[in-house]
This record gives sequence, C-alpha cells and structure tokens, in this order.
Amino acid sequence: MTNQSNKTLNSNIKNLVNQPYKYGFSTNIEKEEFEKGLNENVIRLISKKKNEPQFLLDFRLKAYKKWKEMECPEWAQLKFLESNYQDIIYYSVPKSKKKLNSLDEVDPEILKTFEKLGISLTEQKRLTNVAVDAVFDSVSIATTFKEELAEYGVIFSSISEAVHEYPDLIEKYLGTVVPIGDNYFTALNSAVFTDGSFCYIPKGVKCPLDLSTYFRINDQNSGQFERTLIIAEENSQVSYLEGCTAPQYDENQLHAAVVELVALENANIKYSTVQNWYSGDSKGNGGIFNFVTKRGLCVGKNSKISWTQVETGSSITWKYPSCILIGDNSQGEFYSVALTNNYQQTDTGTKMIHVGKNTRSQIVSKGISSGNSKNTYRGFVNINRKAVGSRNYSQCDSLLIGNSSNANTFPFISVQNSTGKIEHEASTSKIGEEQIFYFLQRGISLEKAVGLIISGFCKDVFTELPLEFSVEADKLLSLKLEGSIG
Amino acid sequence: MNKNITMLEIKNLKASINENEILKNLDLTVNKGEIHAIMGTNGSGKSTLSKILAGHPTYTVTSGEIIYEGKNIINLEPEERSHLGIFLAFQYPIEIPGVSNEDFLYLSYNSKLKSIGKSEVSPLEFLAIITEKLKIVEMSPTFLSRNVNEGFSGGEKKRNEILQMLILDSKLSILDETDSGLDIDALKIIANGIRNFMNKDKAIILITHYKRLLDYVRPNFIHVMRDGKIIKTGTADLANELEQKGYEWLEV
Repeated sequence: MTNQSNKTLNSNIKNLVNQPYKYGFSTNIEKEEFEKGLNENVIRLISKKKNEPQFLLDFRLKAYKKWKEMECPEWAQLKFLESNYQDIIYYSVPKSKKKLNSLDEVDPEILKTFEKLGISLTEQKRLTNVAVDAVFDSVSIATTFKEELAEYGVIFSSISEAVHEYPDLIEKYLGTVVPIGDNYFTALNSAVFTDGSFCYIPKGVKCPLDLSTYFRINDQNSGQFERTLIIAEENSQVSYLEGCTAPQYDENQLHAAVVELVALENANIKYSTVQNWYSGDSKGNGGIFNFVTKRGLCVGKNSKISWTQVETGSSITWKYPSCILIGDNSQGEFYSVALTNNYQQTDTGTKMIHVGKNTRSQIVSKGISSGNSKNTYRGFVNINRKAVGSRNYSQCDSLLIGNSSNANTFPFISVQNSTGKIEHEASTSKIGEEQIFYFLQRGISLEKAVGLIISGFCKDVFTELPLEFSVEADKLLSLKLEGSIG
Repeated sequence: MNKNITMLEIKNLKASINENEILKNLDLTVNKGEIHAIMGTNGSGKSTLSKILAGHPTYTVTSGEIIYEGKNIINLEPEERSHLGIFLAFQYPIEIPGVSNEDFLYLSYNSKLKSIGKSEVSPLEFLAIITEKLKIVEMSPTFLSRNVNEGFSGGEKKRNEILQMLILDSKLSILDETDSGLDIDALKIIANGIRNFMNKDKAIILITHYKRLLDYVRPNFIHVMRDGKIIKTGTADLANELEQKGYEWLEV
C-alpha cells in the first residue's frame, strides 16, 4: 500500500528552486574601515581619503543635503524595514601593502574568491576576450586589458581613477543623466559613492572588447554605492557587461548603485547585467537590498541604448533601467528576466521617454516567481508631444511556480501626440502539474523539465545577451534550480 | 508465441482521488505480443487507470499491486516507469510554450538512452533518427521547430503522441483515446503507425470509445469497464456486439 499523493510535484518543484545560495562565503582579508554612520564629516573624509577635486566634494555635499530632506519612496510593491543608515560603514578598502601594478600583487585571498566564483582573473586575462575591472568592496583592485584598450583610445577604469585622470569628463557628465536629487537612493549614492566604473569610447571607435565588471560585496556592514558612467561619442559602439554575486550573511545589506549612460550621435551602447546578490534564506532572513537607478540618455540622432538584465538575486530589487530618447530616430531597448523565490521581492521594469522624432523603443520583460515571492513589472512609456512618429512595443510575461507566489504588471502608457504607435502584450502562465507530468512521463527529470520550461520562457531575452553572458545566465538559472528531487 | 510471458499484471487495484474511490478491485493481465482494448462509458475509470499506470501523483493507490515485468511498480516515480518502457499517449496532450518539439524529443530520447546505460546521441544523429519516424506519422520536419503541442490541431497532437511512442520505443504503450477527434485519414495514419510499431515483445492497451480504430488495429481482447472494474472481457468481436447493443446490454 502506498500513498502516491505524498510525492506531490509541487513540493518537488519547491525543493528544486529552494537551493541554498552557492556563493555564500566571505573572504578573510585585512581591510581599512571608517566608523559607522553618515554625516557631513564622513563625506568630507571619503573625499579627502580619495584626494578628490573640489567639484566632487561639492557634488557630494549637495547630494547629502538633498538626501537629508528626502524620504524613502513607498510606491513600489515592496515591503521592508528601512535600513538604518547610521549603522552602515560608508568606506572600506581592502588593505594593500603598496599600489598594485599587476595581478600578481593582488591579495591571493581575493583572487581565490574570484576563482570560487569561476572568475579567475588570470584565466580571464589569458583565455577570454573580456577586459575585467574587478570591484572588490569599494575599490578597484585590478584592471586588465587597459593597454590594449588604450590603443583605441578607449578609457576603461575605476571612477576614482578617472576623477584624477579625466576630471573634465567627470565634471561634464556626472549627474547629468541621473540628477543628484532624482530619488532618495540616487541622492544617497551621490553623497557617498566610493567607486565604480568609467568608460569613454571616442568618436568613431567600435570598442574591440566587451567591457566587464564583476561586483562583489564582501564586508558585512559596508553598503556598496557603486557609480558607473559610460560615454559613447559620435559613431562609437560599446558592449558593457556587469555581473554580481555576494557572500551569504544574515544581515540585510544595502546596495544603491547609479549607472549613467550617454550616447551621442549614431552611438550604440549595450549594457548587460546578470545579478545574483544573496537573496536571503528560505524564511526571508537576510539578503541584499538592491536599489538601483540606471538610466541612459540617447542625446544624438540615431543613437541606441539597449539594457539587458537577468535578475535572480537580492531579497529586494528596485530597479528601472530607462532610456530618454532625445535624438531623432534614437532607439531604446529593455530586455529583462527576473526570477524570484522564497520571500524575494522584485519591483523592476523600465521607463522609455520619447522626446525626439521617430524614436523607437522595445520592452521585453519575463518574470518568474516561485515560493512566497513577489515579482512586479512596472513600466512607463511616454511619447512626448514633439516625438512625432514614435513607436513602442512592450511585452510582459509572467510565469508562476507553485501556489503562493505573486506576479504583478503595472504598465503606464502616456501618449501625447496622435502619430505615436504603442503595442502592449502581456501574459501570465503557470508551470502546471500536468505539464510536469508530461515531461516525467517522457522520461525527463523534474529538474530538466523545469529548466527547459524556464529557458524556453526566457529565450527572447537570453538571445540579447552577449554569448559568454548568455551561457553564464543559463548556468545561473539552472544553478538556482539544480539539486535533489523529492 | 509469447502467450505465457506476462508483461503486466494488475491485481485487486483500488485507487482514489480526493477520497473518491475510482478504481474498485480492478484485475487485468496483459501478455507480451497482445493488444488489449478497454471500452466503457464516460466516467467508468478508463483514463484513471491509464494515469495510475503511468504514476500520476494526484491519484492514490489504496490497495492492490501493479506488477510490470515481474516487479511491483507502485512506488516508482513517473520517469522511472517511463525508463522501464511504459508509455502513455495522453488523451489531451499538454501544450508547453517556449519549448520546441525538437528540444523536447531530443531530451526525452537521451534520457531514455541514459537510463538504459547507453551513450547519448548528438543533435545531428538525433535528427536522422527523428526524420525517419516523422515519415511514419506523415508529419513535416517543420513541426520540430514548433513549440510542444502549442497551436497544434487535434490531429497533430495525437500524431505527435504516436511519434513520441515510436521514438521512445516503449514496451507497454497505453493509448488513451488516441483516436478521438481524428478524421479518417489521420486515423489511418495513426493505426498504421501502431501496426508497424507492434511486435511480439511489446504490448498495447487501447482505450477507446469507438469500434473504428479497432477495425484497423485488431485487439486480442476487449474489456468493458464500468464503475472502476472490468465487467466483461471478450475477443475482438465483442466490439461489434457493443456497437449494436450499446453498453446497456451489459447491465445486470
């Protein structure tokens, strides 16, 4: 006698997607830290420590002043206790004995960490065609391929370095796409950011390599406030890859990054992200709070900015990579896969603001929710009065696993002239028991079945990722789904 | 003849869903080389039987045994049963958006190979194998790039089921109303596929409402189910009698 209903597929699927976080480890390295908390002195200290020019200190102080007057936004479909901003260490640098000239001088512990993540810099350097600017906690520790890039006039460095070497570019562009007071988190970031990446692609240059940064939060109490600025001059082209993993901790960690992209005439920027910050345990304890502001400005005619993101981590994600299409005939794209599990909450989407004539935008969003998670798409498409002949196509699909997850779609569309064309498609589906049974009956394991359904669901987005990232994304999703059955 | 080699033996099988007993002391023996047809009114438990044989998790077997090739399979997972050679052609094949037929069939085929300790085939090798099988069910190769059952006509779905049976080369195949909703041409194609597939080492259970499939695929036995039990067993001629007299005739 047996009770077959005991081995219900639903609980099997749950086990499958509830794999413990694999990258949960921290590295023991010496580090230099500030006291906890935020005040004007801390900001002056950060600026001084980094030997920054006056304009940047002013920028920070102005931002801090704004931030103090602002309040944490509450409109998102997110529930959380606000971070205690006085309990965060705003500056932390891995201690190094001297200035690093090559990878050999990097703390072997740090290199080991990267190796555990499968991102051995040495291997990357030798085998791949990807330049890596590794951000470990707040300061860049290694930059590769810099010389090769320099031949093309491409600048790819940490933003702190760029502040010293190219202060004019920084002063000209920093905060122009995402103003200091844009929102609560950009104000905070503008006040306390310690590092990030800077890319500059000169006129007419097609960047010979995909530029890539791996981020990693290592310090238990130090929130990361990354700042990225990419400028693509006329007729230039660049593909930028960003990937994140973080070690496992019980405490919530705050991450409030700002990314600004500027595309001038005929320039093309492709920005791809795979995000796998620690998402908390199965009961919803811990995990990263990820409040990111990413925005691209298509200033020039015929320019194009394309965002592709695969969001699988963080306990809370609040992120809307957007495009402001100012130049005539400019194009914006947003391709997104967001996977949530357990008690994860994700509120993500995009804004496409059409200002120039004949501007086009495309949105493809795929949300996968399982466990007790909440997955929200929030989008805003605006076709301005002057944006004659502009078009938008949006597609928002949600896939539910199990009975306790939640998927929401909030598309806002505002068309202010009669020549605009808008298309919106949305669907919600569920991985049903009958679907799974069909796979099983054909001898395909539960694990492979779910994997196949999910990669099929995400196909439209994965094809937009650069090849090496596409493989990584596929690996990441199956990693999240791999494990014991039953 | 393999007359005495038993493939499947169902003994005193009782099963229920949500506390409702659907199978009530069902007995059935199927030998190698035999085709059995199961007929009966709607709700008599035919489809339930097919799903229980395949290990569907929503049904609870409360007593009895299912002996397949000498082994009680009641505690085996659906995919394990599949690997042992049990195949169920679904009455309503499921649509799987985003997954191409080719990927699905390829994965299914390789899972089967792996389970019997053979090395997996490459996609190119598989293409050669599947192309041959496609011809049998008269399906165009373009169908491989379409998503599993998505937007398929009723006939295409049923042919796809038969195609999968051919590919997996199952030993015990249970075809649940594979003939329903087919036009006469499609019925002939499917019947033809079944006839070519059948041999002395296999067994087939056909669940059907209509005699017409049985005209093309002649069963060794016909069983009539009612209220979760087999109430009558006869030879192929029983179908004619049922066609003329209806199930009422069997009322006791």
